[in-house]
Amino acid sequence: MSGLLLIEQVLNGLQSGVMLFLMAAGLTLVFGVMGLINLAHGSLYMVGAFAAAAVAAATGSFLLALIAALAAAAAAGALIELLVIRRLYARDHLDQVLATFALILILSEGTRWLFGSFPLYLDVPSWLSGPVSLGPIQYPLYRLAIIVVGLAVAGGLGLLIARTRLGIRIRAGEADREMIAALGVDISKLYTMVFALGAALAGLAGALVGAIQSVQVGMGEPVLILAFVVIVIGGIGSIKGAFIGALLVGLTDTLGGVLLPQAFGLFMEPSAATTVGASLASMAIYILMAGVLIWRPSGLFGARA
Amino acid sequence: MKMTKLAALTAATMLAGLPVMAEGVKVGMITTLSGGGAGLGIDARDGFMLAVKQAGRSDLEVVIEDDQRKPEVAVQLADKMIQSDKVDVLTGIIWSNLAMAVVPAAVAQGKFYLSVNAAPSALAGKGCNPNYFSVAYQNDNLHEAAGAYLAKSGFKKPFILAPNYPAGQDSLTGFKRFYTGELAGEIYTKLGQTDYAAEIAQIRASGADSVFFFLPGGMGISFTKQYADSGVGLPVVGPAFSFDQGILGAVGEAALGVKNTSQWSKDIDNDANKAFVAGFEAEYGRLPSLYAAQGFDTANLLISAINKADVADAAAFRDALKAADFASVRGKFSFASNNHPIQDIYVREVVKEGDVITNKIVGVAMEDRSNAYVDECKM
Repeated sequence: MSGLLLIEQVLNGLQSGVMLFLMAAGLTLVFGVMGLINLAHGSLYMVGAFAAAAVAAATGSFLLALIAALAAAAAAGALIELLVIRRLYARDHLDQVLATFALILILSEGTRWLFGSFPLYLDVPSWLSGPVSLGPIQYPLYRLAIIVVGLAVAGGLGLLIARTRLGIRIRAGEADREMIAALGVDISKLYTMVFALGAALAGLAGALVGAIQSVQVGMGEPVLILAFVVIVIGGIGSIKGAFIGALLVGLTDTLGGVLLPQAFGLFMEPSAATTVGASLASMAIYILMAGVLIWRPSGLFGARA
Repeated sequence: MKMTKLAALTAATMLAGLPVMAEGVKVGMITTLSGGGAGLGIDARDGFMLAVKQAGRSDLEVVIEDDQRKPEVAVQLADKMIQSDKVDVLTGIIWSNLAMAVVPAAVAQGKFYLSVNAAPSALAGKGCNPNYFSVAYQNDNLHEAAGAYLAKSGFKKPFILAPNYPAGQDSLTGFKRFYTGELAGEIYTKLGQTDYAAEIAQIRASGADSVFFFLPGGMGISFTKQYADSGVGLPVVGPAFSFDQGILGAVGEAALGVKNTSQWSKDIDNDANKAFVAGFEAEYGRLPSLYAAQGFDTANLLISAINKADVADAAAFRDALKAADFASVRGKFSFASNNHPIQDIYVREVVKEGDVITNKIVGVAMEDRSNAYVDECKM
């Protein structure tokens, strides 16, 4: 494998990593601040993608589509928090898993009822389509844009958590829920805001990724599983952990899929090597997760065990 | 006294011999109507029910249930349909893993199974059964045709990829059965994978002259869009699944020019097909897909058998099915000895007709193709 191809694959891993971060950030905040396992996070990703596809089809503008994705997912998130999630904070995790699993089914069939069973059309806007030259590498412009947007959002989120009043409350909420409520912070409003923020990030990821993948019912669940792996690796509740974890998972997933079959090809016959390599590559991120957990049982940046 | 007894006996014998119109035929359709794969099941159902409606028979009853694409649900539904609905014929399953869970048990209980789509090799070879008919194809067929087409068109170095699961492995095996030349690369991707940047980079670096891929459903939409955006630009060939009518709308112009192999296309020139396409559009307000055509043919095959024989007389009904005496939308259609079709497989190209992105036939990849498992099937 040439060095150039390797660099291109690292970029691909980075791109998939920053998108995973957008998903994982909301999940880890909700889990860290509210102690809630939200299986329906993937459905918010889907809501974002469908909203973007609908608005892009109606207006033809990709930027409006992104704004619509953010707004729709945030609104759906706030609504879900007010109607359902609010009743679950005091319950144990099994009840939360059951209720949010029900939300997946409701949102999926609701979306199918609204938009039909066939995948929707959402494409890269013409001003971001096609490859660009990065020195000797031809790389799709849209994927570069995704990396830039993802990094910008990650930076913004970092500042929000570290420097703003809302960020202070979120961190305080993670550390001691009862205490900040006792200090007069309107905890239920804070929870709704955090939930809507996480939902908006998932919706943005859904819209950005939807343009190069398929916008269809159930698109969120595979990503949700990866996002859970990310927050477990990064440490639950840690934005920094989610960022590092997402990049690790993105890079491992991409490079594993490329390098493992080739590595097995060195000492096996080609078709067996592709099968074995591909099978092992699908396990690579879980092996990574297991390794991290052995080394650090509460994840890379996990505060609580 | 003796005479009356004889007359009664004769009457009874005659009654038993006649096709029992009053009893009718009950069909159980198990297909995917919810979740991500629902588009396929809905099309197959709509095609099937269009033929049933056009036949206008009061003696044909269809029970439809949603398998949610889950094998365990499909098995429960099949048990329910056989035991409490008392169906004579089962049909409708889209996915091969669900078919493997349902078909062997159903045919072992003496029911007929007519497949609208799934046709795994295990049911075509050693596991074949006289009561199991695949009306669509054998799973390998479209991949074989893609291999044959690339070899015939003079491509020397295709890059091939499919998901790492049984149908994906069958796909590349089928492709290589008829394309025996050099490969630029061979990749198994993860099932359900949605990002193909890594694979596309490998294709770019491999020096390939063409790309063959089998990525059904959303996987194919993702790959096609990302491939078009990458600017690699090599000719692409695949089986029809990723370029069928239900999917093309979501892929958009990224699919234009792609060649795909299919046993059906809406522009196959025969009366049955023209009537089907027009009838389907009139009934449902959209263009039919491959799955709709397969559902339509399955229902018409069934109706042709009902016209000839009583479903209670299994041997006669089986012979009537095997005769395939119906006007297929594919034109020529007959069954090989293992109850899988012998048919032409076409090469289609994705084109734009006005505002609609659709397929048109540009050639024939294989004529009168049967399948590779005929000799393994002993029945």
